[in-house]
This record gives sequence, structure tokens and C-alpha cells, in this order.
Amino acid sequence: MAEKNIRHKSAAGSKEKGLQFFAYSVLIIGAVSMILPFLWMTTTSLKTLDAIFIQPKNWIQMFVPTMFKWENYAEAFKVVPFAKFYMNSILVGLAVTVGQVFTSSMAAYAFSRLTFPGRDKLFFAYLATMMIPGSVTMIPVYVLMRLFGWVDTYKALIIPMIFSAYGTFMLRQFFMTLPKDLEDAAKIDGCGFFRIFWTIILPLSKPALATLTVFTFMGNWGNFMWPLLVTNSDSMRTLPIGLESFKTQYSTDWHLLMAGSVMAMLPIVIIFIFTQRYFVESIKLSGVKG
Amino acid sequence: MALKARAKETLAAYLFLSPNLIGFMVFTFLPVFASLLLSFYKWDIITWPPKFVGMHNFVDLLGVHSEAGKLVVNDPKFWQYLWNTVFLMFSIPICMMASLFLATALNRKIKGESLFRTLFFLPSICPGVAVAILWLWIFNPDFGMLNNIIYWIGKLLGFNIPGPLWLNSPGWAKPSLMLMNFWIAIGGMNMILYLAALQGIPRDFYEAAEIDGANGWQKFWAITWPQISPTTFFIFLMSIIGGFQGGFMQAYIMTGGGPGGATTTIEYYIFNNLYTWQNVGYAAAIAWFLFIVIFAVSLINWRFGGKLVHY
Repeated sequence: MAEKNIRHKSAAGSKEKGLQFFAYSVLIIGAVSMILPFLWMTTTSLKTLDAIFIQPKNWIQMFVPTMFKWENYAEAFKVVPFAKFYMNSILVGLAVTVGQVFTSSMAAYAFSRLTFPGRDKLFFAYLATMMIPGSVTMIPVYVLMRLFGWVDTYKALIIPMIFSAYGTFMLRQFFMTLPKDLEDAAKIDGCGFFRIFWTIILPLSKPALATLTVFTFMGNWGNFMWPLLVTNSDSMRTLPIGLESFKTQYSTDWHLLMAGSVMAMLPIVIIFIFTQRYFVESIKLSGVKG
Repeated sequence: MALKARAKETLAAYLFLSPNLIGFMVFTFLPVFASLLLSFYKWDIITWPPKFVGMHNFVDLLGVHSEAGKLVVNDPKFWQYLWNTVFLMFSIPICMMASLFLATALNRKIKGESLFRTLFFLPSICPGVAVAILWLWIFNPDFGMLNNIIYWIGKLLGFNIPGPLWLNSPGWAKPSLMLMNFWIAIGGMNMILYLAALQGIPRDFYEAAEIDGANGWQKFWAITWPQISPTTFFIFLMSIIGGFQGGFMQAYIMTGGGPGGATTTIEYYIFNNLYTWQNVGYAAAIAWFLFIVIFAVSLINWRFGGKLVHY
């Protein structure tokens, strides 16, 4: 009886081992398929133009750099104003992020902690607009930018992007979870609403605010259609648009295009590696709640 | 006294709201209606005033006319692009299955879980333009990564079949984009959502099933699948909503919408009408049509999907 039991257990154990092995295989194959295109990109970015159009002699040559032509990166900077694109992306990203965190947190405070007539209806309007396709609202706002004469200015790149229903929603959900007691105590002490917001709510919400900050900045970094619509000149372009114009002009210089793509990805990859905790958190926050 | 306090609170609330509310009104709420209004006009933004054309844009978009005794749609391109958009969405279920598969593997006690998670997530946070340019090079029929790999595999197995033309071939263009989207989305937020859902299932459920002698497959169908159904439903709905609005960047950067319009999606058509051809009214009409389609599909999903979901 005991023997049988042991045999049963070891069978289950070996099955478990098999499953574990299978899981590792799946994950490793997945990870390799994720990483190969990036290796291919880096390898290409370090080759001469001639070397790109030669069939690689073996597997390794495709994914491991054998040539290190770092000058490609310097050249990419020379043929287009990459530095300007970077500066624009950083500037617009920071302005939008600060603006969004600021206005969203204030609105979220009103929605979550204050009572006022029309609150629920207004909040419903915020929620409802989140379901509407972006192009529906984008069209009149583009027209508005043209009428205001804001096309090709920072104003057009920044101001319409600041007011986010999503950010307000996310922060409101978080503020709702904070305990009321601290606030009541502060009220008895004669604190005004602004003091409560500034000295109690905001400090308690650091994780949520950090999440919104990272999320907004990263989202803004990749934005393509809106900056494309509202900018014309090189000096106003953000990185994605700059990269695209680079592609149109130098469509066969794959080594330079890959160098440019590497440079557009690198900052965001670095930020992501350091802040991925917030990223995962924000996805869970915005996600399903049963 | 109480009345005064309440008035004070209302005032404070609106002060807190105002920066966001004003922007929300100007840039989100009112534009929804402005867009509807614009769809009844023909306008190039420059000529003043815009010309009122009633339902004309919608008739052009959705209507039919008779040509040599046969009914022909007024804008055959639009229907082709709508089909393209729907076709590209066929990858959604496959993508979701793959995400769930990866999440299930990650949910076991795995060494280096966070390393795997970071690697899988990477494609979805990279700027879309850079990813699109990278894949344009990967798809290059002569020197790209995929056809190089096909060549090497052929050499290894002793055959020599040239790889497809990928984006340059009308038949392969859409599957190519689906492959790229698959690569981007598989380990992204869908996988994280699935992982969170899997981690939320109480362990006792599985232990109870094990005592009853359930095998892995039975456990999956009887416990895991029902337990994660809200997540599946959520991801599916969001993917459909996103899918209807997708394909712009790929079309703009990789294919120009071609070959022969094979990769033009509704979103790219809206962009071209708005920006390239300065036909604001028509763009607004398409956008509103898209809105209604998305609304209807979401509603159907809620109605029928809601019943399948186990809470």
C-alpha cells in the first residue's frame, strides 16, 4: 500500500516536472521570438550599407553584430535634426504629463471626496466619452487648431492632450479607496478643502500619481497621428514624426533607419525597465474589477 | 449653517473641477457633437461658410445607386476598407489564446519571471513608428529577417523555396500585418491582465478538484476558464473596440495602404479624408459611422457575452 502510494506520488512528480519543462520551453521560445527582431535591428544599425545587402553567411551573422560602425548613429543625427526631435518629444511629454496629473488629480478629488449637485451625471459624461473613438473628437479639434492658428506650435501639441478623462477616472478610483477618517479629523481642525487635498490626499496617493505620470509620458512618447496632423516644420516635429520623415527621405539607407529606430526606442525601454512596476499596476487598475 | 457649508462645498468642487472640466468640454465633450454637425456639411476648412449638404455624406458613404441596371455601392472603397479592418481583427482570438498560454506558463513557479515578463512586454511599449520601421525591414523580400530565416531553414532541410513577398503581395499583406500585431500584442497588457486574473484564483479550488481526481485539462475547463472569463470578456471587448480604430500607423508608414488598398483601414481612410483630401465633412461621417458600429458591437457583446461570463 505504502509502496503504491510512493509510486503514485513520484508519477505525479515526474508529470509535474514535465509540465515545468514545457512551461520553460514555451517561455524561452517566446522570449527568443521577442528578442530576435531587436537583435536584427541592432545588427543592421551597425553595418555598412554594402554589408546590409549581402546574404549573411550563417545564422549567427544575422543576429550578432560582427561589424561595429558606430558612425551610423552620428550620421543619423547629422542627416536629420534628431536632437531637435528629442527635445520636442521630451518637452511636449513633460508638459502634457504635468498638466494631466495636475488637472486630473484635482478633478478626481472633486469627484471622489466632495458632494455637489450634478456630480454623478458629470462623472457619467466623463465615462461615456471614454468609449467614443478618438477620431470622432479628433476631427473638430483639428479644425479648431486650424481656426485658432495653432498649427505648428507647441500649444497644439500640448494643450488638447492635457485633459484626460482616463486620468481622472483612474485617480478617482484610487482616491475612493482612501480612508475618510484623516479627512474628518482635518476638517474638525479647520482645514480647508485645498489643504486637505494638498496635505492628505496627494501624499497618500503617490503610487497612483506615479503610475499616471509614467503611463502618460510613455503614451505620449509614441503618439503619432496627432503630432502628424498639427505640425508641418522640422523644428516642431516630435520623435515619431521625425523618424517617419527620415524614413521617407532615406528609405533604402536601412542602416541609418535602424540606428534612428534604436535611438527612438532606447529612452523608452530604459524608462520602462525602471518603472515597470507602475506600468503593471496601472494596467491592473484600469482593468477588470469583477 | 448647513446650507452655507453645502454651498461652500459645491463652490470648492467646481473650482477643483474647472481646469479639467473646461478642457474636457472644449476638447472632448463638445467635439463629439461638433463632429456630428460637421458630417452634414461639405467643407475644406478654408472656404467660409461650410456648405450644408444634409445627409449627402452618409448617402455617399453607405448608399447604393443603379448602374446599367445593377445596384452598385456609392463608395466601393469604403466597403473594401471596412472588410480590411474586420479581416485584421481575425487575429484577436489567436492573440488572446497566445497571451493566456504565456500567462499560464508564467503563473507556474518560474525562475526569472520578471525577466520574461519584461521581455514579453517590450514590443508593446516601444514607439509604434520605430516598431513599424523595424518590421518593414524584417519583411523586406530580398534581405529581410524573415526571408533570411526561411532561406536558412530551407538550406538546413534541403529545399529552396523563396519566401513570400510579404507586404508587397496583395495576398500576404494583411497576414503580414497580423503577424506583426501578434508579435506586438501577445506579451503586452493582455498577458498582464491574464496573469493578474490567474493569480487571483483561490488555490483551494484546485486542491478540491485534485482530491476529486481531476486532471489538468479538466481543472482548466472547470476552474481556470470560468474564473478568468471576466478578463477574457474585457480583453475581447477592448480588442474589438481598438481593432475597429486600428491600422493607421502601419498603413501610413509601411504600406501606404496598398498594394491595391489591401491594407487601408477605416482609420487610415478617415485620416486621408481629413488631412490629405481636406474633406472634413466626409471624414466626420465615417468617424460617426465607426462610432455607431463600435457602440452596436459593444452592446451586442454586453448582451450575449455578459451571459457567458461567470462572476
